[in-house]
Amino acid sequence: MITEIQITPEILSQHNLSEEEYFRIVKVLGRQPNFTELGIFSVMWSEHCSYKSSKVHLKRLPTRGPHVIQGPGENAGIIDIGDGYAIAFKIESHNHPSFIEPYQGAATGVGGILRDIFTMGARPVAALNSLRFGPLEKAENRNIMEGVVAGIAGYGNCFGVPTVGGEVVFEECYSQNPLVNAFALGLFKKDQIFYGKATGVGNPVIYVGAKTGRDGIHGATMASAEFDEESESKRPNVQVGDPFLEKLLLEACLEAMKTGAIVGIQDMGAAGLTCSTCEMGGRAATGIEIDLQFVPQRETGMTPYEIMLSESQERMLLVAEQGREEEVLRIFRKWEIDAVRIGRVTADGLLRVKDRGVVVAEIPNRALTEEAPIYYRPMEEPQGSIRPLRLPSSARADKLDFDSLLPRFLASPNLASKEWIYRQYDHMVRTNTVQLPGGDAAVIRVKGTGKAIAISLDGNGRYCRQDPHLGAQIAVAEACRNLVCSGAQPLAATNCLNFGNPQKPEIMWQFSRVIDGMAEACRAFGTPVTGGNVSFYNETLGEGIYPTPVIGMVGLIEPVSQTTGSRFMKEGDAVVLLGPLSLEDEYSKAVSETLHALRPSEISGDLYSNWVNQLPCPSLSLNIERQVQRSCLQAIRLALLVSAHDCSDGGLAVALAEMCFSHYKKPSVGADISLPAGISVESLLFGEFPSRIIATLEPDNLGAVKKIAEENSVDFLQLGYVSGSHLRIRVGDEVVIHQPATSLEDLWRNSIGGRFKIAL
Amino acid sequence: MKFGVIIFPGSNCEHDVYHMIGKVLHQPVEFIWHQSRDLASCEAVVVPGGFSYGDYLRTGAIARFSPVMECVQKFAATGGLVLGICNGFQILLEAGLLPGAMLKNRGLKYVCQHVSIRVESSSTPFTSALQTGQVLSIPIGHMEGNYFCDDHTLWELEANQQIIFRYCTPDGQTTEAANPNGSLSNIAGICNRSRNVLGMMPHPERASEPILNSSDGLMIFESMVNALVHS
Repeated sequence: MITEIQITPEILSQHNLSEEEYFRIVKVLGRQPNFTELGIFSVMWSEHCSYKSSKVHLKRLPTRGPHVIQGPGENAGIIDIGDGYAIAFKIESHNHPSFIEPYQGAATGVGGILRDIFTMGARPVAALNSLRFGPLEKAENRNIMEGVVAGIAGYGNCFGVPTVGGEVVFEECYSQNPLVNAFALGLFKKDQIFYGKATGVGNPVIYVGAKTGRDGIHGATMASAEFDEESESKRPNVQVGDPFLEKLLLEACLEAMKTGAIVGIQDMGAAGLTCSTCEMGGRAATGIEIDLQFVPQRETGMTPYEIMLSESQERMLLVAEQGREEEVLRIFRKWEIDAVRIGRVTADGLLRVKDRGVVVAEIPNRALTEEAPIYYRPMEEPQGSIRPLRLPSSARADKLDFDSLLPRFLASPNLASKEWIYRQYDHMVRTNTVQLPGGDAAVIRVKGTGKAIAISLDGNGRYCRQDPHLGAQIAVAEACRNLVCSGAQPLAATNCLNFGNPQKPEIMWQFSRVIDGMAEACRAFGTPVTGGNVSFYNETLGEGIYPTPVIGMVGLIEPVSQTTGSRFMKEGDAVVLLGPLSLEDEYSKAVSETLHALRPSEISGDLYSNWVNQLPCPSLSLNIERQVQRSCLQAIRLALLVSAHDCSDGGLAVALAEMCFSHYKKPSVGADISLPAGISVESLLFGEFPSRIIATLEPDNLGAVKKIAEENSVDFLQLGYVSGSHLRIRVGDEVVIHQPATSLEDLWRNSIGGRFKIAL
Repeated sequence: MKFGVIIFPGSNCEHDVYHMIGKVLHQPVEFIWHQSRDLASCEAVVVPGGFSYGDYLRTGAIARFSPVMECVQKFAATGGLVLGICNGFQILLEAGLLPGAMLKNRGLKYVCQHVSIRVESSSTPFTSALQTGQVLSIPIGHMEGNYFCDDHTLWELEANQQIIFRYCTPDGQTTEAANPNGSLSNIAGICNRSRNVLGMMPHPERASEPILNSSDGLMIFESMVNALVHS
């Protein structure tokens, strides 16, 4: 082999490879790599593909359970939902590309996660996303959000997957580092699962889908480095999506799978052809030999290096049964998609890449996959003021005007309705959407089974920054609670772990603590983690994001008729709280002090976000949380509840207001709420204590629900009744909030859309 | 009473229509590939929604050249029932089976939501089970649903009672605020002069079971079944 380009320290640094890693490559190969091989190693050993900094920690997550068919290590996790059906689901980040080119970055994020699902043989039936942006006051952040939302819509709508839910958070630390985490879930028969394995020596290796171009070269390495002023110039690294082609690819792949002639299949995502070939060989302990002259190309004069590293979208690699290729190729011809035999499975365990018969790269598959470097990076607890600054409580005696505080809180983009966003997503295609967006969890039915799947995505960077261990637990607890409120039993989770630079010991410490917290919580709720994604280097000019683990929780509602909404449904229903009303602790004191120190008249923008950032992390008892959820689910299963709503962001007052609002055909309605005096009114109304669910029920069922709560040792308190047109909250004898539900709803519903020029 | 559901590359509501006809209405139903040169002896044809050819040109502009569209033209000319939903409506416009054209939504964004539409005429095979003036709750999901035509065509549509659905408030008022996309005269659906071809932007198949929050759309298909039974 000829080494065309001399490998210098500069070239290593351009490939994000350290000197030690280079020596390791030389040792593995027993010689110096050529330029193409160096490129292959650089993408496969990048943080994005190798999980080299996170692997040792991820092992601590629980991954097994009675429902789990496939845990981490494949394209997506799979769980059994009974009746012969299984679901595949996964979440993945596309943060870096979405900052550089919001529309295409987000669109290709959706495209990538959808391929991860249908490459396993499952038809995607639901998409969700977890998005984080800087505050909308800045035009730059509005532009990023508008582009990201349009990109998700553009791809998902055309592909034909309903985007049924998710979360959107605004926070200064995401200004230069927006987070775009895309989740997808697919449905299939349990006996029709496909894996990314290149088995059967001699079997043909077939390339299908889009032609290869120069787009996205080094996308994986880009996602493994921080941003600086030059990042704009990385735009060519972002791929361009073609959802129409992906839709054809989906139909063709599912049809081809039915022939029984496909033995393994994997999408070409990050690191494209390189990753799919060596991973498929690695999993099957086989080798793969391909010749690049057969690879369909969109541009002329592409070098082997470029072809191997291209991240052109909408491509798949499959291995067919020898002698049955034609059955497969015929189906791709029907869908007018390129499908070409580019190589074969070998027994030697090598990835051998030829160009017109000349070997241009030859690397053991295992060296690129299982034997990639693993780092035990140094960890150190951050020193200094991670905890928020508490302002001096000078104005303690001032009487707070809660009645004017609530409307302003509801208008905060963090609490306000996300309708402006989700109405751009087709959330009804496939006719399975039982719960329209805006509820606690997304709910889609499984046709022909009488069951439904509930999904919730939750993260809380603000808490994780202060206490990564507790913050991660709170996120898991909230995700489960959202499912339970919808009537679902949580079954399993996927995670997207968004962090800063792992080479900083304090970031690695945060990561490790998050994993421990998540592991404990997932064990407590019996929800194994079946896979996910790690996104490091979310930093621009050294400024990192809050550690932001996002949990994607999946549960089952059985029968589908037990799907429970989160709104007040009818006049006269009793309103109750399951779980602790308020705690007299450090957190509660901080809620009081910071609210009193707040000067609403002096803050023109987002009052809630301004306030909430001053709060510490509330405490959480996994045991209480579990009991609260168990009580709620028991009551739903006995058909005792009319509605249930997770009480978290914005506290009790905000949750009660949300329950008043209209939803589809249901008009808005008021409530008459009485809270006991004698405890801090501030934390009573706005404290964000976890482990609380507000439920409504017919008054006749009060005794039965109370009994369930008592049997589970859960606090039960009747708060009042659904009544009238106003939300009225009394504490003791004093009315502290009295607002027409419709005017609160207007503020809440129009807040985000009002910040964009075009109203409709 | 066999229904045919046409699949173009990029159609994505074909399974939804298929499910609704087969599993909810319990009628025979078959997919028809866009390259097909016959309609497999179907007695009614549905052109479903989606993004035929990615909508990369004008919506529906490429799909109308598919071989199957020649059959659909002939079928329609002989009085066969043809229902175009969303992208299907756009294809029927491009194919000249219905007059007018679609512009981008007034808000320049894709809009997915439940809307109210008023039945303007029950004297079609698609609306015979409905009352004129009845308000249906049926979802829309489109980027180009802003119906447009010249004044003369609009006059003709009105004069011949070809406007079948209009966007309205839940109590039946066809106000500007109830118009989700800016369409001319709040038009949500129109039929041809012979009343056997209907195009509509709302998706009746998405409102065909109580679990989907509305089953108002089912009545459109029930009307079609009735028409076929009686013909």
